[in-house]
Amino acid sequence: MDLNTITEIARPTARNALPAWRESDAFLGGGTWLFSEPQPELTRLIDLSTLGWQPLQATADGLEIGATCTVAQLDAFNAPATWIAAPLINQCCRAFLASFKIWNTATVGGNVCMSLPAGPMISLTAALDGTAVLWAQDGTERRVPIADFVTGPQRNGLKPGELMRAIMLPSTALTRRAAFRQISLATYGRSGALVIGTLASDGAFALTVTAATPRPMQFTFDALPSAHALQSRIDEEIGAAGWYDDVHGLPAWRRHMTLHFAKEICDELSGAAR
Amino acid sequence: MTFRVNGTDFTGTPRAGQCLRTFLRDLGHFGVKKGCDAGDCGACTVHLDGEPVHSCLIPAFRAEGRDVTTIEGLAQSNVLHPMQQAFLDAQGYQCGFCTAGMIMTAATLNQAQRADLARAMKGNICRCTGYRAIDDAIAGKCEIESAKAGEGVGHSVPAPAGPAVVTGKARFTLDVAVEGLAHIKLLRSPHAHARIRAIDKSAALAVSGVIAVLTHEDAPKTAFSTARHEVREIDPDDTLVLDTTMRFVGQAVAAVVAETEGAAEEGCRRLLVDYEILPAVFDPEEAMRAGAPVIHDKGPEARILDPKRNLVAEIHGGCGDVDAGFAQADAIHEGTYYYPRIQHAHLETLCALAWIDEGGRLNIRSSTQVPFLTRDELARVFGLDAAKVRVFCERVGGGFDAKQEMIVEGIAALAALKTGRPVQIEFTREEQFIAATTRHPMKVRVKIGAGKDGRLTAIEMHVISNTGAYGNHGLPVLEHACSESVSVYSCPNKKIDGYAVYTNTVPAGAFRGYGLPQTSFAIEQAVDEVARMLGIDALEFRRRNVIKEGEPMIGAQPSPDDVIFGSYGLDQCLDLVDEAMKRGDGERAPPGWRTGTGTALAMIYTVPPGGHYSDTSIWLGPDGRYAMTVGTAEFGNGTSTVHRQIATSVLMANSADIAFTQSDTDHGGHDTGAYGSTGTVIAGRATQLAAEALRDMLLDFAATHGGTERDTCALGDGAVICGGKAIPLAALYKAARSAGIDLKAHGTTNGSPRSVAFNVQGFRVAVNPVSGEIKILKSVQAADAGTVVNPMQCRAQIEGGVAQALGAALFEEVVVDDKGRVVNPSFRNYHLPAFADIPRTEVLFAQTCDTLGPFGAKSMSESPYNPVAAALGNAIRDATGVRYHRLPLKPDRIHAGLVAANGNPKT
Repeated sequence: MDLNTITEIARPTARNALPAWRESDAFLGGGTWLFSEPQPELTRLIDLSTLGWQPLQATADGLEIGATCTVAQLDAFNAPATWIAAPLINQCCRAFLASFKIWNTATVGGNVCMSLPAGPMISLTAALDGTAVLWAQDGTERRVPIADFVTGPQRNGLKPGELMRAIMLPSTALTRRAAFRQISLATYGRSGALVIGTLASDGAFALTVTAATPRPMQFTFDALPSAHALQSRIDEEIGAAGWYDDVHGLPAWRRHMTLHFAKEICDELSGAAR
Repeated sequence: MTFRVNGTDFTGTPRAGQCLRTFLRDLGHFGVKKGCDAGDCGACTVHLDGEPVHSCLIPAFRAEGRDVTTIEGLAQSNVLHPMQQAFLDAQGYQCGFCTAGMIMTAATLNQAQRADLARAMKGNICRCTGYRAIDDAIAGKCEIESAKAGEGVGHSVPAPAGPAVVTGKARFTLDVAVEGLAHIKLLRSPHAHARIRAIDKSAALAVSGVIAVLTHEDAPKTAFSTARHEVREIDPDDTLVLDTTMRFVGQAVAAVVAETEGAAEEGCRRLLVDYEILPAVFDPEEAMRAGAPVIHDKGPEARILDPKRNLVAEIHGGCGDVDAGFAQADAIHEGTYYYPRIQHAHLETLCALAWIDEGGRLNIRSSTQVPFLTRDELARVFGLDAAKVRVFCERVGGGFDAKQEMIVEGIAALAALKTGRPVQIEFTREEQFIAATTRHPMKVRVKIGAGKDGRLTAIEMHVISNTGAYGNHGLPVLEHACSESVSVYSCPNKKIDGYAVYTNTVPAGAFRGYGLPQTSFAIEQAVDEVARMLGIDALEFRRRNVIKEGEPMIGAQPSPDDVIFGSYGLDQCLDLVDEAMKRGDGERAPPGWRTGTGTALAMIYTVPPGGHYSDTSIWLGPDGRYAMTVGTAEFGNGTSTVHRQIATSVLMANSADIAFTQSDTDHGGHDTGAYGSTGTVIAGRATQLAAEALRDMLLDFAATHGGTERDTCALGDGAVICGGKAIPLAALYKAARSAGIDLKAHGTTNGSPRSVAFNVQGFRVAVNPVSGEIKILKSVQAADAGTVVNPMQCRAQIEGGVAQALGAALFEEVVVDDKGRVVNPSFRNYHLPAFADIPRTEVLFAQTCDTLGPFGAKSMSESPYNPVAAALGNAIRDATGVRYHRLPLKPDRIHAGLVAANGNPKT
C-alpha cells in the first residue's frame, strides 16, 4: 500500500553513506512487510538494496546469507553435498504463509528482523546455529545468535539505528542430520508449530521450537535423548503459560503438536543413526 | 525516472512512499487491482523483469529502469496470451476482480509449479469460484459451448464480459480516470460506545490539500438503514451519515476530503475529538438484560422493537404442542450451536465515486447490488428529488450481499454536495473488517424429538442473533433464519423463538444465505444426531420427514401465502447424494486418519418476501440488432449471460446481436436489486416477458407489413420469415419507423408468487486424530435449480457457494476482543480458502422444471452455501464420535474436542 507519510528515500551505496538515524526512519529490505501495513509514524526509508550486499557466500566455514538476500535466492541455493542439513532451507521457505511471488521480493534479513513467532527464516537460522551480524550506527559490529536475537513477537535485540548485515550459518551445523516438522491450521497457512531437530556426528542433538512459542526455544543435549526426556524438558522450560496464543492456533494445540513432533523427530533421527 | 510499462516508456516521479500498484493505476493501468493492498490476495500481480510480484508491496521507485508488464500488456499484438485464452475457455472467473492477478501468476508458472498448483497458486485468492474453474483453466480444459442463433437456454455459453475480464479491460467501480478527483478518508471511533462532545477541525483543515472536514454538523439529520429492501420499513431507521454517538469501534466519526489520499489521512490524524465514553455491551444476551447499556435510545419513528432491551426484533411462532411432541419422542437431541461472525471478503472493497453533473444532478458510481434502492434512499436522506440522483454500477467485484447496503454512498454524496468536487471513497481491507458488515453471529439452541418409526415429533429452536451496533437486516435475517431450515421438515409440533439484539460491535448485515446457514448448522446436525440415536440412516431419516409437494411449509410462521411448489426436486437431490456417497469414489484417507460421512439439506424460497421488482426494456435498432437494458447488477453471478441467453432463445437471435446494458437508474423503470438470488428468476423473467412481447410485436408487424397470416411468420436469425420469405430485421425496423411504430417492448415482474429450491450436500472426510487436521475425501452437492439455464455457470455458482461455506466451516472468524475491537482485520489473520484448501465438488442436478421461473429456472446463488457446514459437522461427528457445536472447525478446536471427549491423545 502507499505509505503516504514517507517523504524521503535514502539510497546509500556504502556503509559510510548510511544517513544518521532518526526515530521516524525505517530500513527498507524487500518492503513486503513495511508496505503491507500503514506506517504513519515513518517519514524516511533507508533502502538497503543499493548497498550491493552479496546474497549468498558459501565457504568452508559455512554460509553467509546477506540480509538483503531474497527468499527466492536462498531457495535456489545449491548447497555442497556435505551440507546434509541444507534441505531445511527449502522446507523453511515452503513454511512461509506467502507464496513464491513474495519470495521474489522478501528478504531473509527482513523476515528475521520482523521477529514474528512464525517467521520461517528464524526457524531455519536458529536451528542451524545462525549468528546475526549487526551494524551499529557508530560503525561497530556485533554478533548475536539468532536464537537469542529474537526476544518475542515483533521484538528483537536491534538497537535504534542498528541494522542486520548478514546471518552466518556455520558448516558445523549445516553438516548435521536434520528433521523438520511443521503444521498450520490451513493447508499452507501460517505455522502454528515448526520444530527442527539436528543431530551432529558426535551425537549432539538440538531441537528448535518456533511458531508455537513467542520466540525461538532451543533444547540441546550431548546425546539424543529419549522422547520422554525431550518432551519433559520442553514442557518444563516452556512452561504452561509459555505457548503462543493468537488466531493461528490455541496454545494447547501448539504444545500438543510440538511434543508430538519432538517425539517424531527423535524417532526419525535415532532410527537411521544406527 | 523512466519506467517501461508494457513496452512503453514513461517518465514520472512516484511519491516517495508510493507502491507500484497505485503508480501503475495512476498511469491508467486499471487492470492492476486492489484486493487487500497488503500482499495477501495477489489481485495486483504484475511482472517485474518477467518475475511475478505483488505490486502493492513494491516501492514504485524500485521499478525504475525495469520492465513492468501488467495484464494489459500480456497479449501480444492483440493475440491473447495462452493463459488468457485458457481462462476464457474454462471460464475461470466469476466476478473477474481477481482474474488479472490469477492470469499474471499462472502465466509465469513452470511445469514443476503447474504440477503443484495448490502451492503455486496459494498467493492468489478467488472468493467466487472455489478454484475448480481456475484449475481447469490452467489445465487447459474447455468448458464453453458455442450456441447457434436461438440456442440460448440450456447451453453453457460463455459470459459476454469474458474477453474484457481476461485482458484487464473490464471496468470495475474505480477503474475510471476522473479529472480533479478528491479523496475521502474517514476518522474512525476508537471507542465501542461514546458520545462526541466536540471535534476540533482546525489542525486538519490546515493540512495542505485538505478541502473539507465533514462531521455530524454537516450531515443530514434524516435517519435511515444501510440495509436496502424493496419495503424500506422492514429495517429500522437507526443510522445517520455521520452521528454524534459512536456505537462500535470503527464507526465513522468524521470525513476528511482532500486532494490526495495522503492529505485526507493526515487530516484524519489531526482531528481532535473529545469523547464522553459510555458503557458498552458486547454479548447479545447481556444486552437484553435489564440495566444493560441502551445502544439506541430512540422513539417509535426508528421502528426498533424495544430500544430499552436493545431488541431490534423478535419472533415467536410454530404449530402444535412441542411438549406433547417431546413426550411422544423415543429420541431427543438438544444442543446449542454457535455460528461466528464472518466477513464476505468480496475482493473489490466497498467504494464509490460521486459528482455533481452539469445539470446539477448527483451521480454515484458505486460498487452496489442495489442501485435503484440506493438512489431512492439517497434522495430521501438528502431531501432531493429522485430525478436529481443517479446511481449506477458497471462490473462489481464480488458482493455476496455485502453490497445490499448503503454504506459508502451516503458519505460520498455528502462530500460531493458539500464540496462540489468529484470525490472518491475506497474502503481499505481493514475497514472491510472493522466497519462494513458481517454475517449475523447466532447462538441457536435446538431440541428435536422423533419416534422409533423415524418420524419427527417436535422441533424447538431458540435463536439469538447479534445484529451489532446497527439493525440493518436484523429482522429479515432473523425471519429467514426461522423459516426454511425448519419449514422443510414436516412435523406436527414446532416452537420457534428468535431475538435480534444490538451490541456495541461491528454491524452485521446481509450475507449469502441470509440467516439460513446459521440455523441450518444447528438443525441439520440435530437431525443427524436424532437419526443416529434411532439407528436410522440420516438421509433415510430425512426422506421420511421432509415436506412433500403440497404440504404446508411451517417455520416460525406458516409459510407466506405466495410460496408455492412451482416444482419439487428434494427427493431427487436426496437420492442423488445418497447414490454418489455410496459410489465409494473420492480420495483415500491417509493411514491412521479416521473417516466419516455426513450429509445435510437446505430449502430456500426462490425470491425474498415482500415483493421483488424488475424491469427489462428491449428493442430493435436500425441495424437490425437488438438492445436491452435490465436493472439487475452483475457481480459474478453470471446473470448478464443468462439474460442474453433468455433473449436469444425467445428471439431466435445470436447472442452477439443483443447489446446489453444494466444496473443504471437512468435506464428508467425499477429494479429491487441483485439480492435474494433473484438475478435469474425475477430479472430473467422480466427479460423473458420483454422478449416475448417484442417477438409478438415483430411478428404482428411483419404479418401486417407483409400482408401475410400471423401464423406463417416466425423469427429467424436476423430476419422474420413470413410465408417463406425472409424480411431482414433492419428492413423491418425501417418499415416500422416509417409507419411510426417503435419496436420496443417492456417486461416487468413483481416477485410473487415464489417457489422453492433445494440443495443437499454430502461429504466424506478423514480426521487426523493427533493433529485435528481435516481432509475432505469427497464432496458432492445435488441441487434442484429447475431448468438449468447455463449448466457451466450454475455448476460454478454451486462450487463457489460450497467453497465459501467451507471457508466459514473450516477457517473464518472475525474475532472481537473484550473492548469490542476486531483482532484480525486482514487476510493474513483471517484465512480465506485458498487453492489448496478446497476439494472438487461433484455437482448434480435434479430434473425439474419450475412453473414460475423463466423457462422453468429456479434460484441458485445463495442456497448452495447453506447445507455445507452442517454436512461437514456431521461427517466429523461420524469420523470422531465428537459433536462440534461451534465453527470454525479448525484443527486446534478439533483437537480440543477430541481431548475433551477422550482425554489427551498420545503425543
